[in-house]
Amino acid sequence: MNFAAIRALVRNDVRIYITDRRAVIVGVLVPVLIAAFFGYVFGGNDRSEEAGKIPIAVVDEDQSGVSRAITADLGKESLLTVQVMTRSQAEERVRAGKVQVAAIMPAGFGDAATRALFSGRMRPQVDLLIDPSQSMSSRVVEGLMAQYGMQEITREAFSDGASTSGLQRGLSLPYVIATSRITSSQNTPYNGYAHSFAGMTVQFILFAGIDAGVLLLLTRERGIWQRIRSAPLSKSQFLFARTLATTLISLFQFALIYTAAILIFGVRISGSILGFILLAIAFCLLNAAFGLMLASIGRSASATRGFAMVVTLLLVMLGGAWVPSFVFPKWLQQASLAAPTRWAVDGLDAVTWRSQGLGAAVWPVLVLGATAAICLTIAIWRFRWED
Amino acid sequence: MLSISHLQKRFGHRIAVDDVSFDVAIGETVGLLGPNGAGKTTTLSMISGLSQPDGGTVSFQGQLLDQSASRFKRRVGLVPQDLALYDELSASANLELFGGLYGLSGKRLADRADDALALVGLADRRGDRVKGFSGGMKRRLNIAGALLHDPELILLDEPTVGVDPQSRNAIFENLAELKRRGKTLLYTTHYMEEAERLCDRIVIIDHGKVIANDTVRGLYRRLPATGAVVLELDGPPVSDEVLAGLAALPGISAALPDPKGICLEAGDFGATLALALTQLTTLGLRVTSIRSGRVSLEDVFIALTGHALRDGAVAAATP
Repeated sequence: MNFAAIRALVRNDVRIYITDRRAVIVGVLVPVLIAAFFGYVFGGNDRSEEAGKIPIAVVDEDQSGVSRAITADLGKESLLTVQVMTRSQAEERVRAGKVQVAAIMPAGFGDAATRALFSGRMRPQVDLLIDPSQSMSSRVVEGLMAQYGMQEITREAFSDGASTSGLQRGLSLPYVIATSRITSSQNTPYNGYAHSFAGMTVQFILFAGIDAGVLLLLTRERGIWQRIRSAPLSKSQFLFARTLATTLISLFQFALIYTAAILIFGVRISGSILGFILLAIAFCLLNAAFGLMLASIGRSASATRGFAMVVTLLLVMLGGAWVPSFVFPKWLQQASLAAPTRWAVDGLDAVTWRSQGLGAAVWPVLVLGATAAICLTIAIWRFRWED
Repeated sequence: MLSISHLQKRFGHRIAVDDVSFDVAIGETVGLLGPNGAGKTTTLSMISGLSQPDGGTVSFQGQLLDQSASRFKRRVGLVPQDLALYDELSASANLELFGGLYGLSGKRLADRADDALALVGLADRRGDRVKGFSGGMKRRLNIAGALLHDPELILLDEPTVGVDPQSRNAIFENLAELKRRGKTLLYTTHYMEEAERLCDRIVIIDHGKVIANDTVRGLYRRLPATGAVVLELDGPPVSDEVLAGLAALPGISAALPDPKGICLEAGDFGATLALALTQLTTLGLRVTSIRSGRVSLEDVFIALTGHALRDGAVAAATP
C-alpha cells in the first residue's frame, strides 16, 4: 500500500480546496445566509395549512360517551388523520415528528366538562402535546377540539332533559387546554433555524461533492492524469484517496456551517452528539461517493456538472431541505424516503431540535451508509483507470 | 537497457503502433521522431505503463513492465506532453504531490524538490503559484515533476511544445545536465533540430512503424548525396547548358538551379569544387559567394517516407 501517495493525493485535494478561498467562503457563507432566511421565514411557524391532512394522536383516558364521540368526530374530520393511542405512545410519536399534535382527554373528562358547561367551575384539562415546528397545526386541532367538544358536551348536557336554568349564566368552554411542546429535553426551546440549517448543509455539501467529481473529470482531461497514472499507484488506492479527501473536505464544510448555526443562530445539538457526528460522517462519505460516481459515469466536466446539478436539486427538494417534507402530499412523503437527503435532513432534525437520542440517528446513518456503498460500488465498477 | 520488442496497439480498426522494436542503452539519449499521429505518444504511453499494449513487451534492465509494473514505474519518470501541473498551487506544492505519488515524504521529499527546482532553474520561484509562470517556466517545472524520485529512465513527450527559443534553449540545457548525470532519455519530438542537437540516436517512426533507427551521421549516410554547395552568381540565371556542363564534371552527382545561382551535389567536394569554379570562370560567370547547402534531417525523413515531417514543411523541403 502506497500510503505516502494516498497522503499526497489527500493533501493535494485539501490544498486545492483551501487555495480557492472564494469557493470556501461561498460554500459556507451562502448556506448560512439561505438557512438564516428560511429559518426566519418559516422558523417556528407552521406550514401545515398547505398540507393535505394533519396527523394527530388522540388519547382517550376517559372512555366516556363524550370523549368517544369527540374522538369519532375528529376521525371524520377531513383536515385530520387521527390515530388513537396511549399517552406514552403519543408523546413518543410527537417527539419523533410522526404526528404533529396529540390531544389527551383525561379520565373523568366527560362528566367534569358537562358540569362545567353551565357552572364554568372545575373545568377539566385537555393536554395538547405539540411538535414545536408545527404550532399552526396545534391551533387547528385546538379549534376543532373546541368545535366538536362543545357539540358533544352540549348534546350530553341536554340529552337527559337537563335544566336550562344554567344558560341564564351563559355558556363557557367547559375545559381548559394546556399546551406542551414535546422534545426530549423539555426545557430546550425550539429553534426555527435548526431545520433550515440541516437542509442547507445537505444542499451545499452536495454541491461540493459535484465539484469534487468535476475536478476529477477535469484532471482526466489534463496532463496531471498521465502523471498520476504513470506513478506506482493502483486504481483502488487512487479512489480511496479521493474518497477520503472529499469526505474530509465535506466534514470541514459541515463543521463550519454548524459552527455558524450554533454561535450565531443558537441552534443546539440537543439530542445525541454521537448521533450528530455519525450522521455528519455518513453524509459526508455519501457525498464523496456521489462525487466519485459522477466522475465515473460522466463523460465531460461541463455535461456532468449540468446533469449533477439537476439531480442534486431534485434530491434536495425531495429531502425537505427547501420546503419541509410534511407539506408534501402523502404519496410524495412516502416516495421521498427513497432520497438519502430526506434521511439526512430528518436525522439532523432528530438529533438537533427534536432532542432525540442515538437511536434516532441509527436508521438515517444506515441508509446514508448503504447509499454511499452503492455509489462507491458503481464508481469502482465504472471508473476508467486506463485511457 | 530499455528494450522495446514488437509493440502493437490498435484503436478499433486503426493500427496506431505496428510491431515497433528498438533498444535504448543506459545513459543514451534517443529521439523518437515522427510527424503528428505517427504513433510516438502511443508508444511512449505503453512504455510508461499508461496503456496496455495489444502485443509485444517493454523491459528495463531485464525487468518486464507487465510483470512488475509498480517496481518498473518507480524507475521511470514521465514528462507528459500536456502540462501536468495545478496552476492554482505553488511550484513546491505541485512537486510535493508528484514526489508523494512515488512514496517520498518529509525531508527527503523536500530535498528532492529543491534539487529538481534547482536543476530547472526555478529554485527562487518555489513558493509562487504556477499560474503566474511563463509557458517556458511551466514546461521546465513539468520536467522537474518527473525527477522527484530520481528515475533512471526519463520519458519526455514533446517537452518543448509551444515555448519560445530562449526557453527551449533552457530546456535543452536541463536535458543536457540530466544526460551528464547518466540518465537514460527517450525523447519524442517532431522538431528535427532538437533531435539532431540532443540525441545520440534517432528512431524515425511513421504510420506506427519504425522506418529508421540510427545515429544522426548514419541517417545522413542513407541519402545518395551527402553534401551540397550553393554557388551564388552575379548575373542572370544560368542556362541548362551550363548546368549540364557542371553535372558532367567528375564527382558531381547533380547540378541544380538555385534562386541565387547553382546548387551542386557531390559525395566529396575536395577535388570537384575547384573544377567547377574554374569552369564557371572560363564561361565568364562571376561567383560572389559559396555557402553550404548541407542536407538536413528533414531531407532524410523525406527520402525515407516520401513526405515531410511537419505540416507546412513540404514547400520548404521540396526544391
